[in-house]
Amino acid sequence: MSDAAAPKIALVGVEKSFGRKRVLDGIDLTVAPGESLVIIGGSGTGKSVLIKCILGIMRPEAGSIRIDGAETVGLRRRGREQVMRKFGMLFQGSALFDSLSVWENVAFGLVQGRGMDRAAAREIALKKLAAVGLGPEVATLSPAELSGGMQKRVALARAIAAEPEIVFFDEPTTGLDPIMADVINRLIVSSVRELGATTVSITHDMVSARRIADRIAMLHKGRIVWQGPASEIDRSDNPFVDQFVHGRAEGPIQMEVRAA
Amino acid sequence: MTETLSAIGAVFLAFLAAVGGLARFAVQALAAAASPPYFPRLIARQVLYIGYYSLPVVGLTALFTGMVLALQSYTGFSRFNAQSAVATVVVLSMTRELGPVIASLMVAGRVGAAMAAEIGTMRVTEQIDALTTLSTDPLRYLVLPRLIAGLVTLPVLVLIADIIGVFGGFLVGTYKLEFNPVAYLTQTEQYLETMDVVSGLVKAAVFGFLIALMGCYHGYHSRGGAEGVGQATTHAVVSASILILIFNYALTQAFFSR
Ligand SMILES: Nc1ncnc2c1ncn2[C@@H]1O[C@H](COP(=O)(O)OP(=O)(O)OP(=O)(O)O)[C@@H](O)[C@H]1O
Ligand SMILES: [Mg+2]
Repeated sequence: MSDAAAPKIALVGVEKSFGRKRVLDGIDLTVAPGESLVIIGGSGTGKSVLIKCILGIMRPEAGSIRIDGAETVGLRRRGREQVMRKFGMLFQGSALFDSLSVWENVAFGLVQGRGMDRAAAREIALKKLAAVGLGPEVATLSPAELSGGMQKRVALARAIAAEPEIVFFDEPTTGLDPIMADVINRLIVSSVRELGATTVSITHDMVSARRIADRIAMLHKGRIVWQGPASEIDRSDNPFVDQFVHGRAEGPIQMEVRAA
Repeated sequence: MTETLSAIGAVFLAFLAAVGGLARFAVQALAAAASPPYFPRLIARQVLYIGYYSLPVVGLTALFTGMVLALQSYTGFSRFNAQSAVATVVVLSMTRELGPVIASLMVAGRVGAAMAAEIGTMRVTEQIDALTTLSTDPLRYLVLPRLIAGLVTLPVLVLIADIIGVFGGFLVGTYKLEFNPVAYLTQTEQYLETMDVVSGLVKAAVFGFLIALMGCYHGYHSRGGAEGVGQATTHAVVSASILILIFNYALTQAFFSR
């Protein structure tokens, strides 16, 4: 993980607005191969938008996003599909397909995306479900029959089922009890170690961040205000980071709330 | 009154603005048909959904349409002693106009709305984004099967509607208006040309495509949670209905004016 290694993901000057609202205002960020980056930041600061731009689901107005050195902004269909094969994504709201059963959700990328036959894909799906603590009795249920935390774990299993090179986790532990959160944290760590995957995770949960991050970046008002090794998060000397890590209402980050 | 008018105007303007995007959407979805993978199971599911489950409502409306046609044309035509044309009027009206239009309008309300709601929900819950990240083209997986199913199912549905409608006319004609059954059927068949039925079925195919297209398009582009999905549903039904009526005129013109 030396700085000399060619970055897996490299963003330069990425900007994204919705109408007049500028959400990303010049993001520069690199992630090395096999690295686990955690992005922290207040609610609504554009963390999910940032990940969607890297995935190519949203299109930034300006800037460059390189994956394995190749520019991906403005890619057309075919090229985009090629890059997409490297990605796995856990959506913040799980985004499970509610017309399919749990195991079909997990196997979806294998069957539709890679043309694997259903029986083989089912085996893999069951293994991935077991890895997130869900037994075979859950496999044939519909997503609507699961609790929010269970849905999140199914979504996690789906994100890693095809063993992608780069996995994005948008708040993987939100809505889970602390024990299950720890199981998921370990799973993320081990998928990095064993698959050699590069991961980018978003979290509000500092326990989780410390556990899975090699490096942490903090997003505020559309910019990266601090980034550094996870071990330095407590001595960053950055008022934004300090406020966030200690969860204080007073500080440079002003939440947009008014007393009634 | 002016509010109503301005609302209609706004819908119309939005409609015009959407035409370009709509054409692009349709072309992109249809372009996916040029290469595999296809999803035969998804197409079959949609055919079942559009066709089979629409049968009761389409059958019922066709029956009553045929019945009222017979009654109206009888009371109207008796003013100049042309009652004998009732059977012909019923079968021509059903096959050429009312079969395709009424069945399609019913299906637009039922299926177009459901498609917009389903795809719209998938949009706002990020399921469509999830499809993309799983290397599956949402246009190919969600939209194309529905377009194909709409295109092939509506003609079948309309053929059934035609038959039921003619049967409705026959019931009223023989039981209430006291036509001779054999004479009524002979009348029905006498002036009917293949083109009358075929033109109706071609219309049905076009309408079926339009219904699915509007359902998918509005669902696909819905935003803003449950409210957005609700609007998409309304737009899908309204735009499909308007398009059906406009295309009906254009197609009639194309078929029967020489
Ligand atoms: N599709 C969209 N259309 C319009 N505005 C959007 C859209 N998606 C996001 N936004 C806006 O972008 C901003 C950032 O949203 P984003 O979802 O990235 O926040 P976040 O940092 O992930 O927050 P959270 O931690 O609460 O998930 C928000 O203010 C939101 O209103
Ligand atoms: Mg978010």
